[in-house]
Amino acid sequence: MTRSAAGPAQETASPYQSRSTPTDSAPPASAAAASLATSIRNVTKEYVLKSETVRALRGVSFDVPEGDFVAIMGPSGSGKSTLLNLLGCLDKPSSGQLLLGPDDISLMSDDELAEIRSRRIGFVFQSYNLIQQLTVVENIQVPLYYQGRLGAKERERAIELAGLVGLGDRLDHRPTQLSGGQQQRVAIARSLVNDPFFILADEPTGNLDSKTTEEILSLFDSLNSEGRTIILVTHEDDVGNRAKRVIRLKDGLLRSDVFNSEDDRRRAREEQAANVKAISAREAEL
Amino acid sequence: MMLWLRTWQLGVKSLLLHPLRSGLTMLGILIGVWAVIVLTAISQGASDQVQRQLESLGADTIILVSVKPSEEILTRTGTTKYGLTRDDLELVKATVPTLQSVNPIREIRRQFSRGDNLVDGRLVGCTPGYADLNRLQLRDRGGRFITDLDNRKTATVCVLSAGVADRLFPYEDPLGKRIYVPESQDYYRVVGVLKHRTASAAVGGSLDSQDFSNDVYIPIRTLRGRIGDRIVTRRSGQFQVEELELNQITLRVGGGEKAVRSTAKMIENLLDERHASMEDAAVVVPLELLEQARNLRLMFLGIGVLIACISLIVGGIGIMNIMLASVTERTREIGIRRALGAKRNDITRQFLVETVVLSFAGAALGILLGFLGPPMYRGMLALVAHWAPDKYAVLPDVIREAEPTIVYETIPLAVGIAVAVGLASGLYPAIRAARMNPIDALRHE
Ligand SMILES: Nc1ncnc2c1ncn2[C@@H]1O[C@H](COP(=O)(O)OP(=O)(O)OP(=O)(O)O)[C@@H](O)[C@H]1O
Ligand SMILES: [Mg+2]
Repeated sequence: MTRSAAGPAQETASPYQSRSTPTDSAPPASAAAASLATSIRNVTKEYVLKSETVRALRGVSFDVPEGDFVAIMGPSGSGKSTLLNLLGCLDKPSSGQLLLGPDDISLMSDDELAEIRSRRIGFVFQSYNLIQQLTVVENIQVPLYYQGRLGAKERERAIELAGLVGLGDRLDHRPTQLSGGQQQRVAIARSLVNDPFFILADEPTGNLDSKTTEEILSLFDSLNSEGRTIILVTHEDDVGNRAKRVIRLKDGLLRSDVFNSEDDRRRAREEQAANVKAISAREAEL
Repeated sequence: MMLWLRTWQLGVKSLLLHPLRSGLTMLGILIGVWAVIVLTAISQGASDQVQRQLESLGADTIILVSVKPSEEILTRTGTTKYGLTRDDLELVKATVPTLQSVNPIREIRRQFSRGDNLVDGRLVGCTPGYADLNRLQLRDRGGRFITDLDNRKTATVCVLSAGVADRLFPYEDPLGKRIYVPESQDYYRVVGVLKHRTASAAVGGSLDSQDFSNDVYIPIRTLRGRIGDRIVTRRSGQFQVEELELNQITLRVGGGEKAVRSTAKMIENLLDERHASMEDAAVVVPLELLEQARNLRLMFLGIGVLIACISLIVGGIGIMNIMLASVTERTREIGIRRALGAKRNDITRQFLVETVVLSFAGAALGILLGFLGPPMYRGMLALVAHWAPDKYAVLPDVIREAEPTIVYETIPLAVGIAVAVGLASGLYPAIRAARMNPIDALRHE
């Protein structure tokens, strides 16, 4: 499957082209706006602390068409999580415009943002963020709870998703009884439960071994091929290579926006699959 | 609807996560509700008690009693005679002609016998009005009470109380038989037998609580004629002389509270002139007992309201404190829930539900313990009676004999107040929880 040429980013698709000054090369916002999952323009985010002001994002612009699969990379502290939180409607930008579909989130009320989070976004946090006193199934159901959906059907769905992430035998465990990787998988199941339009994941594979990483990434691949937009933050090139597009941040600025070719992605997939097979084989030997 | 149900479930669940903490938090509310229920029960009991007392004494009566003066006064005046006199009686009759009835009595401790049976009891010289005044009732086919004619003829007839009748005449009908009074060597013919009657309260502490079960009633003029005013008793080798014309005069006043009060005033003045020097007579107005009881009731209610208020305030502060701690402790959970789509109201509701559950549970336990209040009250009195009989003796009757009765109307009131306190003190923490920015909440460790 090749990327549609309609994406506004397409015109600057040559690898490694720097976009450190987003304003001077901002693509025309009008182009194919209807099919954009999100579009951010000159977004900044400042955290005002007692002694200083941290400028976590210093003016970032890009568009993400529907069905895209973006990896955001960059050194620690470069603003990746901050950016993802903005895209996930958890926070509002200090300045600039952030469109989600046709809606400008900086104009929305707190309740409207909550509504969007609950219905349109699946968020996987860097640190799992499960609720300690709830079981695996209950944790997966939480986003539905706030849509007022609490029936048996919803429980069925949560159980199904737990099975999908390989936790079908852990339904009534509490987070403290699970390993980090298992907790991460619960978090991923939870992000899928509301059938989100948009999946945002902050280092979803950061704590996982390569085998589980591979499983999660194939899960994302298949979700993406169903047409869901995925944006994930990662440190690992292996993971980045599996995305359709890699955006690099540094010091709150966009450094590069690169498209992986279909060939590269396939190669990365195969390499990792082989890698996992080798590991499993070695494990089987032992 | 469903959502609320789940919110309640969730609230109970998270409270059960810290059972001790939740229990301690409920304590303030519990004590407040308990205090409201128990203290209103006691005050209700006290006022019921007074009601009963008034029924037995009559709110429309004034009671004049003889009081034995101190030894000092007796030696100073060099007399053994004291108390109300027949002159007093005539004077009262003459001064207050509106009295409905005037009932003098003279009572003496005596033994009564019949064959081998012997009973200690009270020989009461009285007039026909006495039966009515003390609500004494005759048995079926029990004869008659003392009549005016008996008095005029100074007849040697008597009416037995049920206790005396049962013990002197266990196997026969006493009517028409005679009983013997050894100390004065007299025989009295039984003309009436009474039903059992429960004891009535003492009159303002100046008389023994009246136990009517060992009484023998004779015409008062017969008593005067046969025994006289002077009574010599031998106690531990010494002779004691007591000279007394009347023990008590009970007046019945028609015309309501005002009339009772003004008549009482008048009679007090009258007696004051004649008995002030020896302090050998007193006026008891049962109506005043009612006042005393009303005050006592108000006092209990006041204390109750005070304790309840303090305790509810403390309870409210406790709830607020715990909920603030809980909000801090669960900041991260709040952040997660907000990130997953909870609106501010959802969070507020969740915390408010918890405080309401807490205060409801506290109120429920308070009510349960409240029902244990009346037996606890009696148990406490029993303890006081056992360990400090002297203190027990000086307690007012209203306290000693009150039967605490739970006033059911106070229960919804107490619960309402408790829940209101819960809501009021939970509101601030809940709002604070909801105000948090999801990102900041998520970063909380
Ligand atoms: N709530 C906040 N208050 C103050 N400063 C913040 C806050 N959140 C982030 N920052 C600062 O903003 C900058 C970017 O942080 P961010 O979490 O986005 O980095 P990151 O790229 O996700 O790093 P990592 O790879 O380590 O997760 C950092 O300097 C951080 O200290
Ligand atoms: Mg981060």
